Amino acid sequence: MKRRGFIYLSGIGAGALMLPCLSVLGKPVNPLLALEGMDVKLNKQLADVALNSARSKGASYADVRIGRYFNQFIITRENKVLNVANTESFGVGIRVIANGCWGFAATNDVTKEGMVKTAGKAVAVAKANAKIGGAPVELALQKGYGEVSWKTPIEKNAFEVPIKEKVDLLLGANAIAMQGGANFVNSLLFMVNEQKYFASTDGSYIDQDVHRIYPSFNITKIDPDAGAFETRRSLSSPVGMGYEYLTPLDSEKVTGITTRYKKRYDMLEDIKAASQQAAQKLAAKSVEPGKYDMVLDPSHLWLTIHESVGHPTELDRVLGYEANFAGTSFLTLDKWKSGNFNFGSPQVNIVADKTQVGSLGAVGYDDEGVKCKKWDLIKDGVLVNYQAIRDQAHIIGLKESQGCCYAQSWQDVQFQRMPNVSLQPGKTPLSVDNMIKNVEKGIYIIGDGSFSIDQQRYNFQFGGQLFYEIKDGKIAGMLNDVAYQANTREFWNSCAQVCDEQDYRLGGAFNDGKGQPSQSSAVSHGASTSLFKGVNVINTKRKIG
Amino acid sequence: MIMSLLNTEEAQALLKKVLGFSKADECEVSLNGREGGNIRYALNAVSTAGDINTMDLAVTSVYGKKAGTATINEFDDASLESVVGRSEELAQLAPSNPEYMPMLGPQTFAESITFNADTAAMTPDSRATMVAKSLEVTRQANLTAAGFIENATNFSAVMNSKGLFAYDKGTGVTFSVTTRNEEGSASGYAARGFTNVKKLDTYSATKIAAGKAVSSLGAKAIEPGKYTVILEPVAATYMLENMFRFDARSAEEGRSFLSKKGGGTRLGEQLLDPKVTIYSDPFNPELPASTWSGEGLPHEKTVWIDKGVVKNLSYSRYWAQKKGVNPMPGPSNIIMEGGDATIEDMIKSTERGILVSRLWYIRMVDPQTLLLTGLTRDGLFYIEGGKIKFPVKNFRFNESPVIMLNNVDALGKPERSISVESYRSYLIPPMKLRDFTFSSLSDAV
Repeated sequence: MKRRGFIYLSGIGAGALMLPCLSVLGKPVNPLLALEGMDVKLNKQLADVALNSARSKGASYADVRIGRYFNQFIITRENKVLNVANTESFGVGIRVIANGCWGFAATNDVTKEGMVKTAGKAVAVAKANAKIGGAPVELALQKGYGEVSWKTPIEKNAFEVPIKEKVDLLLGANAIAMQGGANFVNSLLFMVNEQKYFASTDGSYIDQDVHRIYPSFNITKIDPDAGAFETRRSLSSPVGMGYEYLTPLDSEKVTGITTRYKKRYDMLEDIKAASQQAAQKLAAKSVEPGKYDMVLDPSHLWLTIHESVGHPTELDRVLGYEANFAGTSFLTLDKWKSGNFNFGSPQVNIVADKTQVGSLGAVGYDDEGVKCKKWDLIKDGVLVNYQAIRDQAHIIGLKESQGCCYAQSWQDVQFQRMPNVSLQPGKTPLSVDNMIKNVEKGIYIIGDGSFSIDQQRYNFQFGGQLFYEIKDGKIAGMLNDVAYQANTREFWNSCAQVCDEQDYRLGGAFNDGKGQPSQSSAVSHGASTSLFKGVNVINTKRKIG
Repeated sequence: MIMSLLNTEEAQALLKKVLGFSKADECEVSLNGREGGNIRYALNAVSTAGDINTMDLAVTSVYGKKAGTATINEFDDASLESVVGRSEELAQLAPSNPEYMPMLGPQTFAESITFNADTAAMTPDSRATMVAKSLEVTRQANLTAAGFIENATNFSAVMNSKGLFAYDKGTGVTFSVTTRNEEGSASGYAARGFTNVKKLDTYSATKIAAGKAVSSLGAKAIEPGKYTVILEPVAATYMLENMFRFDARSAEEGRSFLSKKGGGTRLGEQLLDPKVTIYSDPFNPELPASTWSGEGLPHEKTVWIDKGVVKNLSYSRYWAQKKGVNPMPGPSNIIMEGGDATIEDMIKSTERGILVSRLWYIRMVDPQTLLLTGLTRDGLFYIEGGKIKFPVKNFRFNESPVIMLNNVDALGKPERSISVESYRSYLIPPMKLRDFTFSSLSDAV
């Protein structure tokens, strides 16, 4: 489940309170160290100490993750910088199998002594738990890769960009919003660098340098007389890129009723449009509930894909491992085994892909040393596969893992996390304008808003940022108070058209939450604008007091 | 060896050392440490388990009104000196923040009652034993359990260059379990959270979850619409958690459910049913909390809603100064007063209604009215003529806690209950409410 928005996004909280809220997304960055990278030779020596120690204490398998995690936040409101913060966290997590059971321990004492002690703890945890019983862990075979490395293909390391440049961008954007009539504006730049060294008893020593960036803003427009307010959030996406994402490029813009963005984001342009749209939202017509044909922009549809396709195809949910928190899945194994379970219309082709350049989920190897890949989840509307890790692969007849293992930091245990899950563009040429021309009574949604789905992923409700009424093939004006409710299979079976690859874009979540203790993971979802017929729309307007 | 839990003197000594490296006009250093562990189980066996110790240091340096923050989790002298230096570099690069408030001088804070030695002494083995007790129930009942137990001892300490020092240490243990039948057609849940582990009985909690699962078999679909509902504390807690922000600034800025039409706030107005009183008290023995806030102010007993009237709003130091009032930290914890009714009494007095065991995936739809959407989960029962008649299929709801707390029929005895998403603890009573809006059916079990 995607976590509740940052506090600043709901327009509450002062600067001092924001940082603690944000830092739950990752441990608290030393830009200087971030540029240096970790000492691979030293890491290998330390990792070998841990692996040998775990084995000598009775582990049949062990892996070690030495991680240095850097974040940088710049947080502003209106004409003020509320906080500039660098956070840094360094430590090691050791995972073992002993007596057929998993054990995990972590420490920030990254020395030979710390390795020995922590490996011992992990084995002790495994042995204590083995007494409870249950089926022993069955780990898919994985060949060792020897010493290898991978780095996010970035053009400009965000940690090398001067603070002043970043502050000027945000305050410049805020000024445009205020000139445009906004009452309040919050903006944020959030940069992540994960430096991870993985080693396992399989003989892999993997050094990775992962970069992500998320620029965003939220504008508030107030109508005090009516006691009403509206917000408009940025149409940016969090991406697996460097600072180049913030250098606008006309060829990466999708023009239309409002501009949307592919691999480059124009914050100043978007915030100007947003300040006008927030005011338009206050004056917009409240939606008449009923059935509508929905034209969903990728900046919106990514979240529907995330919740209704990404999560139910997670094998750990299907098997019951998430039953106590996020829930299980309606896509049970019998449906997959049948080979003909209809998930959606034949237009619906959905792939899992941990290799897509610029995506949040892209890495070279997952957090249990498996090389990343791409595979089909839904083919021509039929369920064909899930997302699995090493101790699950055998359950769906796979000889090797699909490489979906991730831990949010060195101190958290790795487990099955969603790869990028994306709707493939339509094969027939189709533009958004041509799609809208054939809609008689519809709503065009841009941007993601409120979201909620049940624990088996049947019933969902989604809002958005911008809603436009479509009447007889034309956009008739802005609507407000829109949310749609649907059942996952009915919704994907109502998918009538998907625009072609010209319109394909990535959206994503920086903060997908899962597991106990809950861990945050970043994942992208690609789509082209799509048409869904006869979807149930509700009106969300209420009165209090 | 690196320690994760420092006592007052050790924390004081380390923070003093860090401050010694400071060259800024003002400097604040804070330490947060945690020792704890967890077991996660599913399909009646352990899936993951861990034992984790961490400690982080945050340094905020200020020149004039320019502030920068840097954090680290390494504690050798060179690391400490460099983290201070980094925060100073960031502060020099940051523009002046007109909202910056000078740091406070020495303050007096009462000692908290948040620490319990038995909880602090939990081990991988004691956790495993508690999980084994839970599994005993589900193995006997032929159900599958998925659950989670986690305990931690946390400490936090803060010191600034003006002489303020504060320290707090606390413990907590949470347990939750979901019990399902093999066919996946029935599911039950229980969740517990305590400061003192001796209050945690994983066997009886799992019994309750198992009972819910068994009695939810054969759920029928009924029409969505407005119903009288009885919310068990775990359901009420998750719903109300979204309302517990009594922030003056957003209200005065006109962007909160506490904003008033025409400007100003709802302070002093009857916002909720007179049966509703909500307050914070760090010394409540059932729900102890830290005695100082992030801004370095003491937490004292504070009434937020008094018999339905908005009694207090929280003011940050900056906003208080701007508005000429005293600063008031936000809630340290949340306690909602209750009544005498038991859940059985509430059922007996219900002609037609629904008993709700748990709610799920609640998200804000409209912050202006606090309209929330979410679903029921793990036990939903139809009541007719004062009796539970049959289990019903789950619903999606669209409802505002403000509307909900204007429709209160009866309240029960408050109990400590955890939010099923944030895992924070609250003291919340079971409640019977009129006209709760269910908007569609869900097939999920």
